[in-house]
Amino acid sequence: MEYLLIFITAIFVNNVVFSQFLGICPFLGVSKKVETAAGMGAAVAFVLTIATIVTYLIQIYVLDANGLGYLQTITFILVIAALVQMVEIVLKKVSPALYQALGVFLPLITTNCCILGVAILVIQKQYDLLTGVVYAFSTALGFALALIIFAGIREQLSLVNVPKGMQGMSIALVVAGLLAMAFMGFSGVDGGLSVLFGLK
Amino acid sequence: MNGIIKENPTFVLLLGMCPTLGTTSSAINGMSMGLATMFVLILSNLVISLIKNLIPDMVRIPSFIVVIASFVTLLQMLMQAYLPDIYATLGLFIPLIVVNCIILGRAEAFAAKNGPIASIFDGIGMGLGFTIALTVLGAVREILGTGKLFGLTLMPEEYGMLVFVLAPGAFIVLGYLIAIVNKMRKA
Repeated sequence: MEYLLIFITAIFVNNVVFSQFLGICPFLGVSKKVETAAGMGAAVAFVLTIATIVTYLIQIYVLDANGLGYLQTITFILVIAALVQMVEIVLKKVSPALYQALGVFLPLITTNCCILGVAILVIQKQYDLLTGVVYAFSTALGFALALIIFAGIREQLSLVNVPKGMQGMSIALVVAGLLAMAFMGFSGVDGGLSVLFGLK
Repeated sequence: MNGIIKENPTFVLLLGMCPTLGTTSSAINGMSMGLATMFVLILSNLVISLIKNLIPDMVRIPSFIVVIASFVTLLQMLMQAYLPDIYATLGLFIPLIVVNCIILGRAEAFAAKNGPIASIFDGIGMGLGFTIALTVLGAVREILGTGKLFGLTLMPEEYGMLVFVLAPGAFIVLGYLIAIVNKMRKA
């Protein structure tokens, strides 16, 4: 039940884009078409889950074990960069179909701050490994959900007459703001659920 | 000095959106984040322009990232020691300066091609542009949301619209600021 609560909270209540402001660059950058948005979402889910496992193990067994906690930032970013490269190579060899689908998005992911952000958050929140993985995966699902909804709206937006000064990114940000407002409607759901599940 | 208006990293180039939206719930927070980023930007620009000839082209980007990450770690330690309150407010976004595209972007586009002095000034210009953008955004949100500016009360708090301090306000205010800057640039 605890995992279900984390799952729902990470997707709806603390949505990574709309309430934590992580991964905004790809959110604004690759959200012109629903298809590319779905591809990016899947790629992020894939890398984020693996990256969280790897950075978690490194934090516990390498950094903490040797008292090197202050090297966290620098280690994590290098691990993530290397990991993305590795995922790309392995995917190309093992599953060309999946590589075809996700390939273009993989290099972009290194600079997606939700990967590094979530890796650090899992450590900060002192989750155990399984909880961390559930958290990472559901965060990524929340990201994909936000991206796909936003892309759907932007597809429609291109058909509408927008005042000249507001065209492009400006109107997109206002739309994102309204979406964030909609997602605010979920706030408090996590508290209710934890009472319902008897966790509090 | 292009960074301040003509190539403003936030309003025109739309780089580094995460801290822009995430830390500007008040003018002072926005300004701290801007200055923190500027610190890393100037130092990494300087170091990268000094060592650019020593780095083989193949490992250019990873080396830049290591330089940037080192300065971010340094900044984290300094802030923890001397500015613990601000460090606690900005929280996760301090380590995330590493993945701020402005810094890597300037390293690649400017510092890797120019001398150290020019790179420092580029860092100052871009850093100031970013700081000004974040401060303005933070100020607008603070006034609309709480009726205060830099903590000074301008109008009674009951008139504040809380939504502007919360997440949706960040997106909407930035959207309108970009529209205003677009208009100004064309005029």
